[in-house]
Amino acid sequence: MRRFIIASGVIVGLLSASPLFAQSKAKAENVPEIPFESVPNFLKFPANLYLGEGIGVATNSKGHVFVYTRSGDTRLFEFDQNGAFVREIGAGLYGFTFAHAVRVDKDDNIWTVDEGSNMVIKFNPAGRVVMVIGRRPDAVDELTAMSGQGSAPHPNKPYTFSRPTDVGWDAQGNIFVTDGYGDDRVVKFDKNGRFIKSAGTAGNGPGQLRLPHTMAMDAAGNVYIGDRSNARVQVWDNDLNFKTMFDNVGSPWAVCVSPGPHQYLFVSNSVPDNGDSRAAAQTGEIYKMELDGTIIGKFGKAGKALKEFSTVHEIDCRNPNELFVSEITDWRVQKIVLKPQAMKSSGGR
Amino acid sequence: MRRAFRLLTGAAALALGASLAAQTAPEIAYDANADLLKLPDSTHFGEVAGVATNSKGHIFVYTRTGAAHATVGTSRTFYKSGSRLFEFDQTGKFVREIGVGVYGFNNAQAVRIDPQDNIWVVDRGSTQVIKFDPEGRIQLVMSRKPEAIAVRAPAPGAGRGGAEGRGGPPPEGRGVGAPPPPGGAPAAAPAGGGRGPAGPAGAGIPGDSFTRTAGVAWDAQGNIYVADGQGDGIGNARVAKFDKDAHFIKSWGQRGTNPGEFNSLRGIAIDAKGLVYVADGGNKRIQVFDGDGNVKASVSPGFVPAAICITPGPHQYMYISNSNDTDSLDNGEIYKVELDGKIVGKFGRAGRVPKEFNIVNQIDCRNENELFVAELGSWRVQKLTLKPGK
Repeated sequence: MRRFIIASGVIVGLLSASPLFAQSKAKAENVPEIPFESVPNFLKFPANLYLGEGIGVATNSKGHVFVYTRSGDTRLFEFDQNGAFVREIGAGLYGFTFAHAVRVDKDDNIWTVDEGSNMVIKFNPAGRVVMVIGRRPDAVDELTAMSGQGSAPHPNKPYTFSRPTDVGWDAQGNIFVTDGYGDDRVVKFDKNGRFIKSAGTAGNGPGQLRLPHTMAMDAAGNVYIGDRSNARVQVWDNDLNFKTMFDNVGSPWAVCVSPGPHQYLFVSNSVPDNGDSRAAAQTGEIYKMELDGTIIGKFGKAGKALKEFSTVHEIDCRNPNELFVSEITDWRVQKIVLKPQAMKSSGGR
Repeated sequence: MRRAFRLLTGAAALALGASLAAQTAPEIAYDANADLLKLPDSTHFGEVAGVATNSKGHIFVYTRTGAAHATVGTSRTFYKSGSRLFEFDQTGKFVREIGVGVYGFNNAQAVRIDPQDNIWVVDRGSTQVIKFDPEGRIQLVMSRKPEAIAVRAPAPGAGRGGAEGRGGPPPEGRGVGAPPPPGGAPAAAPAGGGRGPAGPAGAGIPGDSFTRTAGVAWDAQGNIYVADGQGDGIGNARVAKFDKDAHFIKSWGQRGTNPGEFNSLRGIAIDAKGLVYVADGGNKRIQVFDGDGNVKASVSPGFVPAAICITPGPHQYMYISNSNDTDSLDNGEIYKVELDGKIVGKFGRAGRVPKEFNIVNQIDCRNENELFVAELGSWRVQKLTLKPGK
């Protein structure tokens, strides 16, 4: 299979601008299918506890599954490795207003990204808040500041986010935040939450972003940014300099980089959440790739049945053959078991 | 009695804009415990606005937490909740929540304990000052919560489409609010939103109609002084004085920069002599008045005094926080000064880890060397043990 790596400087004039919000059919063709199963009803909910839109899912080192959901309130749930309900974390939290992502770091701290309160919140494994970054807009200021113009959508400030979308860490513990719907940028903080730098402006050139919606980091500290409305994954180095991009796997709503000596990149070309069957016919699949952009295979399609995906919003890939995917429009989390050994030997390269 | 309040190098340096931060101030050694207060599993602090101790050493925390809720499908948009009041014992063990669902708990600003161990809550959302007795029952309510709020009209081009990328109307992510009346109170506020009848801006009405209430304090007779209010260029800018039963006595001040005028009050404290210290944030000064509102002195630390506290006892000190703002981790140090303005020392800096401070909003200094600080930025209370002389 051809590689679809585009280096900066080569393609500036070649990139066609994706219209905002358009969902792209992936350019990659003849991608081998990866056989897989979906474990039915993996997560067991107590009576009268419900998942809303499945926005975020992540596992910790013990295999516990954390689900961040937009239900009546935005809530964070923990399940054990067998799917049994363990507890709710952060009930009624000041920063829980509109979920966007949950991630678990190497020390099993739980990080949530909330695009309503504009906050990134770190919980220790016991479920207590130990750090917050960003600040919820001041309610009283809002009361007297609303002239109908709204607040500036592009604050681009060190500690103020504008609908942030995702968080990741490098080996030194530096914190990276994709921010987001308002500012098209990535922000880097040290492990204590002190601002180091931010990079990225709105646009479709290399290093520019239109809705950085999801991100993941590899062991070398590179940042993989799901540049959703530009329908490409950008790879930036640890200092937030553009390195390369992959524009052949559709619009990346969710990306994940697996751990271990051989890392893989998963990219979801999620079906849009607007119910348009024409878009659903050509989107919804998830790609498994090498970190250099080589496509290994894909699996799934748009839909609400098991093994179908209804707008995947986050992927957990701690085990590259046992994924958890959270879905917006069917209000669920699926546990996906990949069977790459069953792939045809001709596929993948 | 016209005491000279000058800092170190005196008026010349102050006129040049020198700040406390730029002066030589001895560093005070200290330890911090950011994990003293133990909340139940399902309960969390949000932005911690207020912290205070009572005579038994119990610790009261007033925090912005949970979401304030607004109604839809009603004649007007009503709102509720948004803040909670917790009590802990002197070891940090959770004792109870006070005021669950109280009408005026909307946007925490401060909590203070009076000499009789009554608990006074200051809420800048409801504009109210609410007095609880030591058992936690309401004894007195000052000002009135605005009845309703208006919901903002969609702004053209604000935000990016719907929540997940469909090109629908902009999300109402911040939800509520309306252009304020000229005086600056939220819509449907009681009369006196910043401008009394034909009165100067910020002078308010002769009574307990507050805006963005900033703080409360008492003199030895139990008279009540309210810092009203916190708005920067909006709402009231005055000190209002009431007797112990909340009968209005007088108020003083208006928006401005002259002596006796205010902009964005941040806190209030009273010393044993009955002098009233008002943190005049927008003017970067602490003004000192007698109990009748006559200007006695002014301290200009060169920064916004975001929180002040005066210790009890025969030798009183004042603590002043140079809190960082939302978008920086600059400054953040707390000064210890004599009541005449002379610097004793300083400690701390802005940051998110324990022993650093992130937007300190209130300081409790019942014990001179054992402080509690409430942080908006890092959602916590730290207990500080100062080690002067080390």
